[in-house]
Amino acid sequence: MSGKPRLTYLNGRGRMEPIRWLLAAAGVEFEEVYLETKEQYDKLIKDGFLLFQQVPLVEIDGMKMVQTRAIMSYIAGKYNLYGKDLKERALIDMYVEGISDLMQMILMFPFSPPDAKEKNLDSIKERATNRYFPVFEKVLKQHGQDFLVGNKFSWADVQLMEAILAVEEKVPTVLSGFPQLQVFKTKMSNVPTIKKFLQPGSPRKPPPDAHYVETVLKVFKK
Amino acid sequence: MSAKPKLHYFDGRGRMEPIRWLLAAAGVEFEESYLEKKEDLTKLRTDGSLLFQQVPMVEIDGMKMVQTRAIANYISTKYNLYGKDLKERALIDMYVEGMFDLNELLMTHGYQPAEKKEEHYANMIDKTENRYFPVFEKVLKDHGKDFLVGNQLSRADVQLLEIILMAEEWKPNVLAKFPLLQSFKARISNIPTIKKFLQPGSQRKPLIREEDVPKVIKIFY
Repeated sequence: MSGKPRLTYLNGRGRMEPIRWLLAAAGVEFEEVYLETKEQYDKLIKDGFLLFQQVPLVEIDGMKMVQTRAIMSYIAGKYNLYGKDLKERALIDMYVEGISDLMQMILMFPFSPPDAKEKNLDSIKERATNRYFPVFEKVLKQHGQDFLVGNKFSWADVQLMEAILAVEEKVPTVLSGFPQLQVFKTKMSNVPTIKKFLQPGSPRKPPPDAHYVETVLKVFKK
Repeated sequence: MSAKPKLHYFDGRGRMEPIRWLLAAAGVEFEESYLEKKEDLTKLRTDGSLLFQQVPMVEIDGMKMVQTRAIANYISTKYNLYGKDLKERALIDMYVEGMFDLNELLMTHGYQPAEKKEEHYANMIDKTENRYFPVFEKVLKDHGKDFLVGNQLSRADVQLLEIILMAEEWKPNVLAKFPLLQSFKARISNIPTIKKFLQPGSQRKPLIREEDVPKVIKIFY
């Protein structure tokens, strides 16, 4: 009885989107359940589905997995996207954690108070341009390979691709000083599973809009 | 040339403490280099030692590792504190991520400005007693073994003990409703490497004192 993984979250990116990317990149089909009301969420909690009363929730291989990083590590391990040994895993972990810090800023951005939006957008641009993208530009330049770690497609590549596209949505010219990342972006776009995920009709979610923000606040209201 | 791991951080718990706990639990001796002023952080940055310009940074096995979780993952795997297979790792990861979330609340309490302290305390204790501790009490009950996952010590056990002790610093009777966590605490504290770490003179760091907070903030801001 090997069902597809089932994702429970809101109908939007949030903390589930990196998981959707990773499953898609691994070529794994999945189902989704969307939270639209507080009642649905309260029921999940009451029924004991959510270990720490939080989503994302991914039902996979008989487990009700929660905590984004735990879920991603499991998927990466299972689908061979986590490097070939401990040292490669260490690199992948470092890169993924750094990217995750950048993505956290993008995640929180739609919830910024109006008077902080411009400052927060500047911070995203500044961090992407000065702290995070230079690291990966340098990694790719130094080893001259297509992928970030071990000459093989990994979780780190998927997450970097997601981050590049997410930042470009807010800062369209952000890759102008990063020729290696431009090439990387093109190469990743052509990986068949990623190419499929980038096409209309895929499970990829659109950027958060006012309706999404409203739904988040409604569902998670205390 | 197998040098001891070298930890770069300020002389306090912060985000490095879980790493100290793991190394100590694994019986691994380590050295520490303390940041005392902003210039110390700047130097590490200009030397190119910090991948994302941040500490914690741990020099280990020829790498300059950054990012708390990456470092903790590496140490846990290397010293066999990460379960025996992918499924055990999944459980350990879920538990540990919940603990990281609680650790964030406990660890940052000492740095809260005066006007936010009361609210922060209430939220912190509420989450401890109603979200996190009940989960681990139940895990211990359902699993029925000495450890949280499988049949051997893992990073989940080490990290749970760490946050139990931190929570008790803020509310001494916080384990009152959790009998299994009480016996867990006693049991894990008696593991020789951990017992040693809990003794005075170890590299375990004390709770940040209010008067030291400005100095720490000045290093980073």
